[in-house]
Amino acid sequence: MASYPNEDHLYEMKNKTQSDRRKFILNMARGVGITALGGFIWSAYVDEVTASQLTLRPPGAINEVDFLKTCIKCGLCVEACPYDTLLLAKPGDNKPLGTPYFIPRDIPCYMCPDIPCVPVCPTGALDEQSVTTDGKLDINIADMGLAVIDRETCIAFWGIQCDACYRACPILGHAITVEYNKNERTGKHAYLTPLVHADACTGCGLCEKACVTEKASIFVLPREVAMGEAGSYYIKGWDKADEKRLEDASEIKTTTEISKETAMDSLNSDSEDLY
Amino acid sequence: MNTIWNKYRYLLFRRTTQIGLLFLYFGANAWGWTILMGNLSSSVLFNIVPLSDPYAVLQMIIAGAALATDVLIGALIITMFYLVVGGRAFCSWVCPINLVTDAAAMLRRKIGVDNFAKRQPASRNIRYWVLGLSLLISFAMGVAAFEFISPISMVHRGVIFGFGFGWAAMFIIFLFDLLVLKNGWCGHVCPLGGFYSLVGKNSLVRVHHSEENCTLCMKCKVVCPEQQVLYMIGKESIPVLSAECTNCARCIEVCDDDALGFSIRKLVNDKKRESNNENND
Ligand code: SF4
Ligand code: SF4
Ligand code: SF4
Ligand code: SF4
Repeated sequence: MASYPNEDHLYEMKNKTQSDRRKFILNMARGVGITALGGFIWSAYVDEVTASQLTLRPPGAINEVDFLKTCIKCGLCVEACPYDTLLLAKPGDNKPLGTPYFIPRDIPCYMCPDIPCVPVCPTGALDEQSVTTDGKLDINIADMGLAVIDRETCIAFWGIQCDACYRACPILGHAITVEYNKNERTGKHAYLTPLVHADACTGCGLCEKACVTEKASIFVLPREVAMGEAGSYYIKGWDKADEKRLEDASEIKTTTEISKETAMDSLNSDSEDLY
Repeated sequence: MNTIWNKYRYLLFRRTTQIGLLFLYFGANAWGWTILMGNLSSSVLFNIVPLSDPYAVLQMIIAGAALATDVLIGALIITMFYLVVGGRAFCSWVCPINLVTDAAAMLRRKIGVDNFAKRQPASRNIRYWVLGLSLLISFAMGVAAFEFISPISMVHRGVIFGFGFGWAAMFIIFLFDLLVLKNGWCGHVCPLGGFYSLVGKNSLVRVHHSEENCTLCMKCKVVCPEQQVLYMIGKESIPVLSAECTNCARCIEVCDDDALGFSIRKLVNDKKRESNNENND
């Protein structure tokens, strides 16, 4: 461009830069729009697949929310398990993709004393400390879940002698006991019914595997699913340790329209404040 | 025989490493081999050396995970490795999806899809957007976002631990690359490829072009999955400096005239050239 540009030329150039700029802005906006849409769908999908799905994790697994953050889905725990208990979730398994889990009715956890699945975990998703007592691996304190019993379908509650689950339990006598009760229907027999103790059960699922009913009448659920929660405002007054909680309890006072007056005044009033 | 060897030697090496690695992983799970255990997300070499996917680890850190040292060391080792040999060497020498997308690209050339689909309607920068987005979602949702949708992991996990519906991911990518967008997944969308492009920015192993030998046959550009990196063909004798080059070496072996070959990058000189180049653009 050796010659001096005339005015037309300048005008054209200005026009061109303007439409270039417009194009650029439009492209930017389109990019941002598509990214936002994609991000929304992506997030929704991730939210969906990571929602709690009654997944039983290997021994030593940290709590589910942190587990989903921390597990890199390498399958080293799966490979370490000598019983092929652990599986790595495939598309179609309806479990958070690629994470390890097990189905006790198929293959339960046999509670290896040397817990080969835990130390191999490179990320800390399986926490060795949580299955260690006095510096030694201790599978008995593992917490994979909690066995619960359906008293309607468990035939022991019908009065038929079974105790298959009791005998299958690696820590029988602690995690499961058998209760004796009189069978009032016959008048001369006993009910021998299984009872799970939440403080000792590891959730290995050997009982679920052993259960003789068509669909297992004792089965393992993740502990948060199987158990309720009393809430901090109930205190066992007869339990010294629990009563300690009262010491640093604070009083909460709520004032509503009604409680501004005394109870008597409030009851004797025209009660319009009740409506 | 010699020419066939010359034409396909790198391809053969690549397929051997790709399939060989998967086979070692498979053997570890199926027969208890201890050479290479785990999968491409994280593994252990010879029972000692941890190796981990740095992109997955990055997402996990951003998601707020407190990670054990093993996986961090593993990610560091892998990053150092690709820092030197070129980030996207992962793509052409390790990643199993590359088998799928290469097959799609080959078929696409054979049946001439490009003749009726000339326009490439998408930008190759999409991958960096997806990369950014994956980190954003990892942060917001508190889980490694790409790891839950990654077709790459679905496939390597599939080979080692069983596919489930995982084959569908492979098939979709194949069709996408074949019919929708040329080099669609690996060349445009995949955030892991994008991540490794960034890792390999200053890597040492580079393809080098000698303009004096070039006869402008353009065979290299036909086979290259990232054509834009070969802008210098027939123009300038310089190395391929864009880290989007996957170091697959297909260009080297299809070239009949010795105009392309591997070289070790001279950091100082090339840096200057690269910045000159950017200024010229
Ligand atoms: S404790 Fe043993 S049986 Fe149970 S999951 Fe671990 S390796 Fe498998
Ligand atoms: S070894 Fe740890 S990181 Fe790997 S799959 Fe098992 S739990 Fe996840
Ligand atoms: S771009 Fe992605 S899918 Fe393609 S080879 Fe690289 S990492 Fe694998
Ligand atoms: S420039 Fe050569 S080595 Fe790099 S991606 Fe293209 S064909 Fe492969």
